[in-house]
Amino acid sequence: MIVRLWVNEKYKIPALAILSIVAIYILQPALPIRYLDFWLPTTALLLTILVWITIQPTGIQSLRKNLPGLLLSILVVVAFAGLRYINWDRFLLPSSPPPISGIFFLLILFASIGLLANQIRNRSILLGAFLALIILVFVVIKTPFLAGFASSTFRALNQQAVDLASPLDIRWLGFSYLAFRLLHTIRDRQSGKTIDVPFLNYLVYALFFPAYTAGPIDRLERFSKDLHRPAGKWQTDFLDGGKRLALGLVKKFVLADSLALIAINQVNAVQVNQAGWLWVLLYAYSLQIYLDFSGYTDIAIGLGKLVGIHLPENFNQPYLKPNLTMFWNNWHITLTQWFRGYYFNPLARWLRSRSVPVQQYVVILIGQISTMVLIGMWHGVTLNFLVWGLWHGIGLFIQNRWSEWVRGSLMQRMPSGLREGYGNTLFYVLGIFVTFHYVSLGWLWFAISDPGISMTALRRLFGGG
Amino acid sequence: MCHREEEKPASPETAATFLRNVVFKAIGLFVALNLVWGGGGVAAKPVERVSLYNLVVPGRLRFPFGEDPIRSYNMSLSSLEAMFASHIIAGRPKSQSEYRVIIIGDSSIWGTLLKPDETLAGVLDQMGLRCGDKTMRFYNLGYPTLALAKDFLILRRALGYDPDAIIWSLTLEAFPRDKQLTSPQVAGNRLEAERAFQLAQLDYSFGDTPSFIDLLYKNSLAGSRREIADVLRLQFYGVMWAATGIDQFYPSSYPPALVDFNDDLKFNKWEPRLLSEKDLAFDLLEAGFKIAGDRPVLILNEPMLISQGRNSQIRYNFYYPRWAYDQYRELLAERAKSSGWLYLDMWDKIPPQEFTNSAIHLSAAGVKEYARLIQKDLSDSLCTLTSK
Repeated sequence: MIVRLWVNEKYKIPALAILSIVAIYILQPALPIRYLDFWLPTTALLLTILVWITIQPTGIQSLRKNLPGLLLSILVVVAFAGLRYINWDRFLLPSSPPPISGIFFLLILFASIGLLANQIRNRSILLGAFLALIILVFVVIKTPFLAGFASSTFRALNQQAVDLASPLDIRWLGFSYLAFRLLHTIRDRQSGKTIDVPFLNYLVYALFFPAYTAGPIDRLERFSKDLHRPAGKWQTDFLDGGKRLALGLVKKFVLADSLALIAINQVNAVQVNQAGWLWVLLYAYSLQIYLDFSGYTDIAIGLGKLVGIHLPENFNQPYLKPNLTMFWNNWHITLTQWFRGYYFNPLARWLRSRSVPVQQYVVILIGQISTMVLIGMWHGVTLNFLVWGLWHGIGLFIQNRWSEWVRGSLMQRMPSGLREGYGNTLFYVLGIFVTFHYVSLGWLWFAISDPGISMTALRRLFGGG
Repeated sequence: MCHREEEKPASPETAATFLRNVVFKAIGLFVALNLVWGGGGVAAKPVERVSLYNLVVPGRLRFPFGEDPIRSYNMSLSSLEAMFASHIIAGRPKSQSEYRVIIIGDSSIWGTLLKPDETLAGVLDQMGLRCGDKTMRFYNLGYPTLALAKDFLILRRALGYDPDAIIWSLTLEAFPRDKQLTSPQVAGNRLEAERAFQLAQLDYSFGDTPSFIDLLYKNSLAGSRREIADVLRLQFYGVMWAATGIDQFYPSSYPPALVDFNDDLKFNKWEPRLLSEKDLAFDLLEAGFKIAGDRPVLILNEPMLISQGRNSQIRYNFYYPRWAYDQYRELLAERAKSSGWLYLDMWDKIPPQEFTNSAIHLSAAGVKEYARLIQKDLSDSLCTLTSK
């Protein structure tokens, strides 16, 4: 609100940048590995800087123009590190930051990488390298075995007990979303798009505090336009934003957190004594995950509006959609759009352009299953998320074939009165029912990390032992 | 005019006015809502009476209690209203063929580390005891804190559910007068406790009387937010209770009750001395008998671990030095005899190996043995007295 009401329009972007950098440090949870909860947000910031340099058409030339912005962001990091010396760190940071010498060492290291990278004339190599680096980091923190290994390594470097290493030691808040924003700009640059945005704009886009932890995953072009859009009526934004914020808070902290008490999980799935109650717990999970996630989105959109940024919608009544394709078009919309734009469509184009023609249904089968598996893996590189991805990939394929058959065969044979009247409504309602239950049953693989327990729960839901 | 004003860009003045109006209206609404809620709350606690138990989910077989809600699907709360509303006794009308027996007491009755059907009430219930042509049904109204005042408040409410007989399980730790008001069920139900003490002419005081403003705040939405949240959470745990039948976390192992002690002679900050009835809350016990009216009340001096370890010649167990417990037993026996109370002293009747993590917590086998030992007395004394 202060940014919106009392900060001059021309200082809006620097103010948002400072707020966003501050937020990534404050929101980062405390970690047992010494100083890691400071290094992770710092790395997020420095990675953002490096990617921005890499995607700039003029490379290092851009640095000079954007030096004030770069210095401002570095200054915020140094200021945070300095809190250690005035004992204010406990109020703002999850734990004490490292000595300032360590910060300078890291800054010099990244600056050297930046300068070295700039020497590489072939941009595509650099872009490819950053793409691979971000995916590698992503895979490491999302794979329990690799995250455990990384934890052991960090612990050894810090001279901390290696035997206490756990994948949970590497909880990098917001990296999943940051990675997708950075990857999106890298891929756009690789495909030949010119990305020429000032550094602070890019920084605010990548680290925008309302959307940093749980999305939505905005697109740079849209976000930049919004950033430069003349501010509308602040009263309207405050009213809309406030309402949305309040709605989000109620959805997340009242409804979702209450439903979490009875939502199905690894422990209670084996304790429930009747199939009926197991359904209740499953429904509770379906509602909880929706209210939790869409609540966070409402909070992000509401906060965004308060500062004059209109973030994209992420949910549109997904449980009231009559088929799985429509469900995925309305659930975590920005993530599915991201995968459609940067994975599914390029893959489909590639498959169709093969010298040996690939059948349309094969393209759909490969595309949908691999896309959903990747979306599953985005949540964690574990067997349960793989199965969850397969569940949805197969479901989408079956639904696609079914829709084709219904359109081409069943509907033709149906009397027109039935087709256009009650029959249509019945199909629609039945579609909602089936889709909701298919999605809900799919949550078994999502909520329970042991697929064996999920399978047992699935059997028990239908009266099996 | 208005239209032109709306089109103007925001100025600090209009922003300040807008915010001022929003803040004033919010404060006004907040205060009004709290006053309305507080006014209603003084007369009756509406939220605490609302319960899904016995309606959507089955009533609990014992009072809600738990320090680990995530694993036990149960939680502690102080509201007696909500505790009773969640209990099966509140939802089961007494039939013609039922002889209703309530059991009050501490954690040994509630059943720490025991499943509901392994508690004393559960085991006695399964025995299918009969009183004439009626079947004896036992209700577990124990709660894991040690204070007779808490038992007294529970008994007062339980009488509203028409029991035919009462079993009151006792141990010395529940008797010291200075402990009576510290139990959450007593402190958290202060108005009810004060009214109960006044009616029974008991001399217990919480100290200063709260002012009307204090009461209003305590009953307002803001002041009672914790209680409201607790009651709502209890309803959610009711679903898990119905779904799993679990109301307690059962660890695979636990530290056993202590059997070795320092040569500490103190009990309740008292050095060894002669105890009198005035040190102990016999008045609460007597008041309990009075409010029970014609209903037979059986008091049980509950079994405890008699240790054979280091310094066991001066301490029976973690709770009691011998000097204090011996005097307590003597005083209780004398009082029971002089007042004509039904009394069973079970203090040494269960072998040490049948105690679990505390000197008063029995194993399932221990409870079975306990039930077997008192079974005859229940039929002979309680039932006979009722018939008379």
